[in-house]
Amino acid sequence: MFTPLAPGRAAPGLARIPLFAVARTLVERYEDDLYLVKGPAAWTAVAALLIGLAALPFLLPRLGMGYLLFIAVLASANVIVAVGLNLLVGYAGLISLGHAGFVAIGAYASGLLAARLEVPWPAAWLGAAAISAAFGFLVGLPALRLTGPYLTIATLGFGIAVYQVLTNWTELSGGRGGLSVPALGLGVGGMSAIQQLALVAITAAVALCWIAYNLARSHIGRALAAIRDSDIAAEVTGVSLTWYKTLAFAISAAYAGVAGAIIAQALRHLEPQAFTFLESITYFAMIVVGGLGTVTGGIIGALLLTLIPHYLSGIKQWLPIAYGAVIIAMMLFEPQGLYGRWLRIRRYFKAWPL
Amino acid sequence: MTAPLLEVRGVSIAFGGVVALDRVDLEVGRRELVSVIGPNGAGKTTLFNCICGLYRPDAGRIAFEGRPLPRRPDLIARRGIARTFQNLELFRHSTVLDNVLLGRHLHIRTPFVAAALGLPRWKRDEVAHRRRVEEILDFLDLQAARHRRVGDLPMAQQRLVEVARALATEPILLLLDEPSSGMTAEEKADLVHRIKDIREEWGITVVLVEHDLKIVMGISDWIAVLDHGTKIAQGPPEAIQRDPQVISAYLGETA
Ligand SMILES: Nc1ncnc2c1ncn2[C@@H]1O[C@H](COP(=O)(O)OP(=O)(O)OP(=O)(O)O)[C@@H](O)[C@H]1O
Ligand SMILES: [Mg+2]
Repeated sequence: MFTPLAPGRAAPGLARIPLFAVARTLVERYEDDLYLVKGPAAWTAVAALLIGLAALPFLLPRLGMGYLLFIAVLASANVIVAVGLNLLVGYAGLISLGHAGFVAIGAYASGLLAARLEVPWPAAWLGAAAISAAFGFLVGLPALRLTGPYLTIATLGFGIAVYQVLTNWTELSGGRGGLSVPALGLGVGGMSAIQQLALVAITAAVALCWIAYNLARSHIGRALAAIRDSDIAAEVTGVSLTWYKTLAFAISAAYAGVAGAIIAQALRHLEPQAFTFLESITYFAMIVVGGLGTVTGGIIGALLLTLIPHYLSGIKQWLPIAYGAVIIAMMLFEPQGLYGRWLRIRRYFKAWPL
Repeated sequence: MTAPLLEVRGVSIAFGGVVALDRVDLEVGRRELVSVIGPNGAGKTTLFNCICGLYRPDAGRIAFEGRPLPRRPDLIARRGIARTFQNLELFRHSTVLDNVLLGRHLHIRTPFVAAALGLPRWKRDEVAHRRRVEEILDFLDLQAARHRRVGDLPMAQQRLVEVARALATEPILLLLDEPSSGMTAEEKADLVHRIKDIREEWGITVVLVEHDLKIVMGISDWIAVLDHGTKIAQGPPEAIQRDPQVISAYLGETA
């Protein structure tokens, strides 16, 4: 039923080039468009970055900055949450103010699996991702009926509910005494516990960012952005709102679940107070600061909002207010976030001599 | 006699007190090019919304290829009905390419894991769909704009992107809601040729809602006229032009 255009309609300029040659160059060009990293310079930069990240757990203690390993673990967890949250908020346009709830579920799920069922840590982490994703799916169901602020309030309620359940269901959470989580072991000698954790956390963050980049440019990312920009057009073009909205929640929650497992390892002792509403707001601030709707934006935002409070520890008590103010200010003046601003600056300089 | 491709029977829908459609019948045969005209608020867009599942009629039924349509719009799209929107429902932050690629969505069979890991299977599929999209961009003369953000394009091109996205779904039936509004005379002439090609070369059935009567009279096999939610006339262009009821309802209003 779909008849391609008659050959006579090919662009006139190409008419004299043999058809197979045209097809070949076109295919090559389309594939070129699919590469995440383009050109030798970009490849070198990426390789350098990856090597640097892999070396970090070994380098920091040598440089006498071993205390930064904990920050690196925290930053990895936050990057994972922010990137996952951005798939939901920035791509699908579904606002969640309860992501600390998913992180908590991931933390406790991995902790309980490891502590009570003695599941090996990689399986416990996968379990945390799966359980968190299942909760994401459940929270996503109302997303089919609720829109805008109503959905946001539902997610906010979810985050608070998780906190309440963990506080009150003491058999599960260990109550005020908390839950002790056994340390993960890579089975390699010569590495401290925190070095091992940092290595695993950084690897997980890199892998999940890479998957997020892949998803974002695939038909899945296109479907999510379509739902965000015009749900009716997405629908009449064949995108199932039911499937993609719940999928967005599930993926986003799975990311938060893995981050939770990392945080459980970092703290080694879980208490519900680590997963409050303030945490949810912080995650949201990360993607708003870094930039909604780009993977890179989530990464930048998470790094900034992990490092800044660390170096300005004197302002701890002001953080909630600061984040609130930052969210409002960014929404008003810089809706595309810092990464969006950077892209515009770069475009400006590219066009500069003109 | 073969069954019509699209069969709308006694469809009615009201919003509060406003009766937008009142027992409307419409039968469209395969490979026909049909126009639906009528004054503002006649119910033309509402009819499209009922066909593609965005509205659920209060009464009546709609069949496609002899079978009733599913309820969900995305499933209706999979049956082979595509449309454009009068008020432009584009994915504004995405490029032209990504907008039209979304039209391929219902043909994409790439497994989730292949997409998540960027496996060769994903790459193969993506290139194949891209090739389809390029054919359509070629046809609508949109190649030069492929990497531009849709929101930055002039109105006429945005309308064409809507058409391109709909075509990318490889529809059996294409519903065009005022595709020429906001176009210059020259752009309109181009559009007319393309609509004709869509039917003649691609074999797609077209239902066109259009205010520009010159376009309508020029390309339609036949025309249905809506007024205040009821179908007041139906027939070939010459008959419609002479129909006194149409003249008073439609031309009277625009005069
Ligand atoms: N979702 C809705 N809620 C309330 N009223 C609606 C809705 N959709 C359509 N209507 C009403 O139904 C009537 C028909 O509207 P419709 O948009 O179908 O007209 P139209 O023929 O497409 O007009 P136009 O030429 O201006 O596009 C109008 O009175 C409109 O106000
Ligand atoms: Mg209309």
